[in-house]
Amino acid sequence: MPIVLIVAEQQPDGHLRKASLNAIGAGKQLADKAGAELHIAILGKDPAKVVDELKSTGAKAVHVGAAAELEHYLAETYAPVLSTLATELKADYVGMASTAQGKDLMPRLAARLKAAMATDITGLNGSGADITFTRPMWAGNVFAEVKLTTPVKVFTVRATEFAAAAGGQAAAEVKTFAPKVEASKTKFVEFKEVKSARPELTEARVVISGGRGTKGDFKEIEALADDLGAAVGASRAVCDAGWVPNDLQVGQTGKVVAPALYIAAGISGAIQHLAGMKSSKTIVAINKDAEAPIFQVADYGIVADLFKVLPELRAELQKLK
Amino acid sequence: MKILVTAKRVEDPESKIKVKPDGSGIVQEGLKYKINPFDEIGVEEGLRLVAKHTGEVVVVSIGGKEVQEQLRHALAMGAHRAVWVNHTGPLDQLGIAALLQKVADKEKPDLVILGKQSIDDDQNQVGQYLAEFLGWGQATFASKVESLESAEEKNKEPAVKLTADKKSVQVVREVDNGLATLECQLPAVVTTDLRLNQPRYASLPGIMKAKSKPIEELTPEKLGVNVTPQIQVLKLASPPARKAGIKVPDVATLVDKLRNEAKVV
Ligand SMILES: Cc1cc2nc3c(=O)[nH]c(=O)nc-3n(C[C@H](O)[C@H](O)[C@H](O)COP(=O)(O)OP(=O)(O)OC[C@H]3O[C@@H](n4cnc5c(N)ncnc54)[C@H](O)[C@@H]3O)c2cc1C
Ligand SMILES: Cc1cc2nc3c(=O)[nH]c(=O)nc-3n(C[C@H](O)[C@H](O)[C@H](O)COP(=O)(O)OP(=O)(O)OC[C@H]3O[C@@H](n4cnc5c(N)ncnc54)[C@H](O)[C@@H]3O)c2cc1C
Repeated sequence: MPIVLIVAEQQPDGHLRKASLNAIGAGKQLADKAGAELHIAILGKDPAKVVDELKSTGAKAVHVGAAAELEHYLAETYAPVLSTLATELKADYVGMASTAQGKDLMPRLAARLKAAMATDITGLNGSGADITFTRPMWAGNVFAEVKLTTPVKVFTVRATEFAAAAGGQAAAEVKTFAPKVEASKTKFVEFKEVKSARPELTEARVVISGGRGTKGDFKEIEALADDLGAAVGASRAVCDAGWVPNDLQVGQTGKVVAPALYIAAGISGAIQHLAGMKSSKTIVAINKDAEAPIFQVADYGIVADLFKVLPELRAELQKLK
Repeated sequence: MKILVTAKRVEDPESKIKVKPDGSGIVQEGLKYKINPFDEIGVEEGLRLVAKHTGEVVVVSIGGKEVQEQLRHALAMGAHRAVWVNHTGPLDQLGIAALLQKVADKEKPDLVILGKQSIDDDQNQVGQYLAEFLGWGQATFASKVESLESAEEKNKEPAVKLTADKKSVQVVREVDNGLATLECQLPAVVTTDLRLNQPRYASLPGIMKAKSKPIEELTPEKLGVNVTPQIQVLKLASPPARKAGIKVPDVATLVDKLRNEAKVV
């Protein structure tokens, strides 16, 4: 039987990265189409914490590789361990969420497996041995259907396009193994976390993003975000200026979000920004310029000064409470 | 330091990309081409590194003769020489990385700098494939802590820092929830994120000088690489269009719509 192996990711704080559940969801869909068995791999110094969560996702087995040298993620140490595991399992497909780690690790692993790879897949087509992937190109202006012709096929998953694997099924078998960790020419120096009391951008139900129109003043955006329990995002222009941390950038080269409600304030709507938020269910645009391209994708647009609109919006929303 | 930087030819990011009705490709008419923005950032970083530590920046591009335009652009920015791998027809990341591996074997650079992704295919793979093929360390999504409008940026200091023993580089990487710092032994592969630097403009004297700088021509055959693609792009399609929305006159109407029509608040 063909094997689909999904690599799960443990965050530096020990928790499972939520996008891993979406990748497992994609893996499950792939396994159904390909008539394959779904396996999960998790590596780390102490991955035990996340194993329980992984056990109930409907996979056949969870492969747990723990080693002190795997404490800090490095492509150079993780790729060989996963390559050995994938080879021993005779995995036909190896996938992971398109997180920073997934994007760093999977191509290195694919190179080791002499595999072709599809990045950021948004869909799966076909059945049996004839599986193709849908993936965005040109900042989401184009969706391509691609076929990988190498024996092993590698992919990363755009989390917003696949439902998270749900629990409830029979518990997966947990198989621990002792990873052989190779010496690395790269060493981990430090990780500076950007801490926020707000929800994660990629998981939030509501996202409020500010653009250059804010002139760096995010107070109104933050206040509205706090009222709504929303995450804060930004355009590239805002991150480049150093007004907000880089990891708030939404877009082709930033994060891809798909919340129920996306509010873009003072954002022009360049194609590279749209690439990261166009799948949101409802989009609201606040912009002084009636011709701004953002209005072409917004469900509701309001042509006005954001510094006037945002406080009014908060006041109106308060009335609903 | 000797730094090898890649320069892929891509559609101008401002271009309107349209799929041909039969899904076989994109409409080429009216498109402008540029060096991939991430690669331009790579050239800039290479130039800053050699300005600080002395050395040479060599640019490489793979494609038909039109890619010489992108090589000339990099030379006009200040790169010293160029290598053109002449190949027309499809290429996948395995082929590109295999060709770049051979070029690196020949040139023996201390550092190869690539873009983290190309803005046409958006694959985000070639740098990592190359690092694995070469058996070198990798630092992808290289960024810097300062804003692109900072004094540091205006001083044109490289963000990729050579360590005191000159045997490694320290690189800050943009990752989920923060910034990670890695130290890579040289030679190594670095891929650029957007906030690594602000590329310089090519000056007029730079453009004049670029005309006489050498471009070496290679081919996959000369390099002994089989580039038969392992990726088949079966068809292209436009994304489903979002249906046009409405403009609302005031905030009260907006809130009413959000509550009663979209049901999101
Ligand atoms: C390779 C590449 C990758 C890129 N990746 C990304 C990406 O991932 N994400 C991203 O966002 N961008 C990305 N960009 C940049 C993108 O092309 C745009 O430059 C950027 O999105 C513009 O940001 P902005 O809309 O905030 O600024 P601007 O384009 O300057 O727009 C500001 C808007 O604010 C409005 N405004 C001004 N004042 C007010 C006010 N008081 N009230 C209301 N409205 C006001 C103006 O009318 C204007 O429409 C990328 C570019 C390239 C080349
Ligand atoms: C419509 C369409 C059809 C295609 N059909 C096929 C096909 O049938 N078969 C096939 O094999 N491929 C095909 N491709 C191309 C293939 O998908 C990509 O070129 C390949 O996977 C490399 O990915 P990338 O360019 O996105 O590299 P990325 O990994 O995104 O690029 C990262 C970096 O690698 C470097 N780089 C990449 N390419 C070059 C280059 N040529 N020269 C110098 N540096 C470079 C640059 O520094 C770039 O910033 C097709 C592409 C399109 C758009």
